[in-house]
Amino acid sequence: MFLINCPYCGERDQQEFKAGGEAHIERPKQPTELSDDEWAEYLFMRKNIKGIQFERWNHAHGCRKWFNMVRDTSNDEIKAIYKMGEKPPSQ
Amino acid sequence: MTKNLRVKSSEYIDETNRISFKFNGKTYHGFKGDTLASALLANNVHLVGRSFKYHRPRGIMTSGSEEPNAIVQLNPGTNRTEPNVRATEIEIYEGLEASSQNCWPSVEFDIGGINNFLSPFFPAGFYYKTFMWPPSFWKKYEFFIRHSAGLGKSPTSSDPDIYDHRNIHCDVLVIGAGISGILAAKNAAKNNFKTMLVDEKNELGGTTIFENNEFNKIDNKTPSEWLKKEIEELKHIKNLEIKTRTSVAAYHQYNYLLARENLTDHLETKDKTNKIRQRLLKIRAKKVILATGALERPLIFNNNDRPGIMLSSAVKKYSEFYGVACGNKNIFFTNNDSAYESALSLYNKGINVEAIIDVREQSESKIVKKVKEAGIKVYWSHTIVDTAGYKRLNSVSIMKLSNDGTSVTGSKISISCDCLGVAGGWTPAVHLYTQSGSKLKFDEEKQIFLPNQNTSEQISVGSCGGDFKIDEIIKNLNQKLKDTLNIDETDLDSIKVEIDQENSKRNIWLLPSDKPLGKTKPFVDYQNDATAKDIKLALREGFRSIEHVKRYTTTGMGTDQGKLGNMHALGIIADTAGVKMGELGTTTFRPPYTPLTFGTIVGRNVGKFFDIFRRTPMNDWHVENKAEFENVGQWKRAWYYPINGETMHQAVQRESKAARESAGILDASTLGKIDIQGSDASEFLNRVYTNAWSKLAVGKCRYGLMLNEDGMIYDDGVTTRLGENHYIMTTTTGGAANVLGKLEDYLQTEWPELDVYLTSVTDHYATASLCGPNSKKILKKIIPDLDLTDENFPHMSFKEANIGSIQCRIMRISFTGEHSYEINVQASYGKDLWKKCIDAGQEFNITPYGTETMHLLRAEKGFIIVGQDTDGTMTPIDLQMDWIVSKKKYDFIGKRSLYRSDTMREDRKQLVGLITEDPNVVLEEGAQIVSELNQSPVEMLGHVTSSYFSPNLNKSIALAVVRGGKHMMGKQLFVPMENKNINVTVANPVFYDEKNERLNA
Ligand SMILES: [Zn+2]
Repeated sequence: MFLINCPYCGERDQQEFKAGGEAHIERPKQPTELSDDEWAEYLFMRKNIKGIQFERWNHAHGCRKWFNMVRDTSNDEIKAIYKMGEKPPSQ
Repeated sequence: MTKNLRVKSSEYIDETNRISFKFNGKTYHGFKGDTLASALLANNVHLVGRSFKYHRPRGIMTSGSEEPNAIVQLNPGTNRTEPNVRATEIEIYEGLEASSQNCWPSVEFDIGGINNFLSPFFPAGFYYKTFMWPPSFWKKYEFFIRHSAGLGKSPTSSDPDIYDHRNIHCDVLVIGAGISGILAAKNAAKNNFKTMLVDEKNELGGTTIFENNEFNKIDNKTPSEWLKKEIEELKHIKNLEIKTRTSVAAYHQYNYLLARENLTDHLETKDKTNKIRQRLLKIRAKKVILATGALERPLIFNNNDRPGIMLSSAVKKYSEFYGVACGNKNIFFTNNDSAYESALSLYNKGINVEAIIDVREQSESKIVKKVKEAGIKVYWSHTIVDTAGYKRLNSVSIMKLSNDGTSVTGSKISISCDCLGVAGGWTPAVHLYTQSGSKLKFDEEKQIFLPNQNTSEQISVGSCGGDFKIDEIIKNLNQKLKDTLNIDETDLDSIKVEIDQENSKRNIWLLPSDKPLGKTKPFVDYQNDATAKDIKLALREGFRSIEHVKRYTTTGMGTDQGKLGNMHALGIIADTAGVKMGELGTTTFRPPYTPLTFGTIVGRNVGKFFDIFRRTPMNDWHVENKAEFENVGQWKRAWYYPINGETMHQAVQRESKAARESAGILDASTLGKIDIQGSDASEFLNRVYTNAWSKLAVGKCRYGLMLNEDGMIYDDGVTTRLGENHYIMTTTTGGAANVLGKLEDYLQTEWPELDVYLTSVTDHYATASLCGPNSKKILKKIIPDLDLTDENFPHMSFKEANIGSIQCRIMRISFTGEHSYEINVQASYGKDLWKKCIDAGQEFNITPYGTETMHLLRAEKGFIIVGQDTDGTMTPIDLQMDWIVSKKKYDFIGKRSLYRSDTMREDRKQLVGLITEDPNVVLEEGAQIVSELNQSPVEMLGHVTSSYFSPNLNKSIALAVVRGGKHMMGKQLFVPMENKNINVTVANPVFYDEKNERLNA
């Protein structure tokens, strides 16, 4: 059970949060311009990394804000947390 | 034989407090402080159970939570009965009853014992290999297997006890109150860390508390005397909370731990009532100090499982701590010095020790000399090759070991005995450590797994960290405490320790016998009856991964998770495969460390708190009017209102007719409601719905369909424009929370530039849906001054009005195809509104209807229900709802996916109506649809999604999704059922009032 440092509320138990998958996958601004393959890349393809992964989390049972997390999926170490729109930390 | 084996008074046993208890129906006596195991041993009862597979007689083997054999059913036949409880952990109380498990008709005569003689036919994987064929026979095999095997019996009535949860936040959690744990807790608390010390036993002190080896001294006292003084001091320390009878079950990441605190299990039944039985402690600790100690290893030799064969350390604990001799003629079998301490402990109390069999060539330690001086015969370089005694050990046969330890030589000596203490060395209890995600490393010299890579703020101290001698323990503990607590000095700096230095060990994982392995039974996992032979067989059959060998042989798969034998299993695999232990890797220990009862896990969340229901403001009225309820998400919704003993079918037919012929009323309060405001609200709706919103006039309503980005239908509902920048969206009952979450996600992450605010107002409003040709007249009676003409208040529009002093929002919208109104009021006025509608509707025979009738009425109109007629694979095109997909809008969620090659396929499953040839046959929802009957295998074209008998059309109707159904109008298809084939015709899904004339009737 993680202890997650919500950037708006502080440290809270994992059960207050919802995981939202890989981060920094921007919704294409002009979907109609994309080929099936390009759209499929956005829609379906996720890296599912073993190791350092950038992912989205939501403080669903708290402030309901979305934020980003850098997590090592091999040992669940949370390396960094930052707000939506902020630049991801460099590795 | 009922000779009392109580040998001396122990300070932990209150001999003035005599307790009677029953085991297998027979009454015995023990004392306050006894465990069920110690009390049985004092009564010379060793045989307590039968093994799982071979039904071999088994006795008490240990004195702790690692016990594999002495598993009993507590208080059988009562509502407090509990299966699979370790006799070594139960503190006895007056009136306690326990019985053996896994034996029939009794532990003394167990019919399943025949499996022991048939054991050549029960090798590893026997069940997998034998009972898999023919597949249809499994049901028959299962019946037989379940009746002849199985562990305890679960209770059949509800648990009378109360359970509780508590959240704990501490700076330092110390697990285990042996010498290391006590010193760690004391020093943490003294340095102002908020500290909690937990131990599974009822007394503090671990094994050191009865450590009286005269060659080990702390500050010139025996470790036992010295530790008692330390424990006394603990009582006066602030910042320290001590929890005994508390077992840590799970150690999760980020130092989150679950512990079970046992509060009443040791009390008499009359003292248990109205008290919390167990409490689950949910602990978040900044630092964790693991002081979980070590478990003694048995030795693996032929027939090493007979009642009377115990761990050497357990024999010692029963004698020193409980004052009980486990036998009259004791021998020990060892590969290290520990057994000599046990032997001496017995000798000093006048208990007969016949001999010690030692696989080592010699040992020079002081304690070994002392044992020799006492005249106890030691057989060096010897091993036990066999044991005898069916229900109780009566002798062992020993032979000399070859130099390499793989075979035996010379002649066989038989020694008569009734108790054998085995000492195979010590395994650090690293179970919790590995649960936390931290990694172990194998120490080839000590032949143990040791903590290596910590993933959280934790340290392992004492023997669980690989330190077994008191001098090492104190020295390393001191340094670790200073490092982890960041302190300069501790109480440990000044402690002086003397110890008996020599402690050699000769590790042989599988001891040889004079018989070939195939003719022996060296048990590795006692609880699951897995032998060394089974492990070797698994390797011969090609299993290599330790995890596979474990599953194939069931080693370590019992309720004890193989705490005793796992290391030996690894060792035997390594030896056989010719690899090093470290290369093999260890298996993963999973929570819980010891089993938890369900009551503790659910705590207070039982009965009506198990799954919380949501009820509408009109709920009381529904109850008073005998509604049957249906669960929709967490809501309890009125399902139908039977009168005069109607069946569900009869009630629904009546309600459905009434709603179309005169007037009906539905409690629609559960629909999700989201208040949407902001200058970009219209643009936002344009992006989340498939249709266009910018041109919707204030005061108008529109039906909207929401997709996922993959083009599949996600939710639907009517949204009303309340003002220029203000909308109220309704969602499906079950989808409300997810829709809000999805909208928030897009707003926060994809479109943060939009000025939109979302508020969930589902619970703020109560909604009565008034429908039918007389609904207008009823509403007129309630709100006489509201102009209800089609000109002023047309279909798909909205009005604010007052019913008396109650403000309400009224939408003229319809889910039934009838002229209808949805009246929303503040939730607290919901019941009042409902009653007013019912009263005003009396003269029109207004009929309350539930969700079932609502479903029927909308099915007559071919309106879908998201989640019933769709399943996350249906696009609006599949539903033939092209009309709601805007062609003009540049983008909306899911738009691009609607013209992917896959979503444009003509042969996708599409929504159609089905009419049965016989109008009285109602199809089953979920039934499969085919186009050919005389073909095998036959392609399933789709399935029935909604099906009813329509009272208004007087025939059966159904909605279905059918591959390419759009182009099958009028085609005959078949619905094959178990006993018959039903002929159906594909039809338009709108069965009733196709031209929507009734909306304005
Ligand atoms: Zn938050």
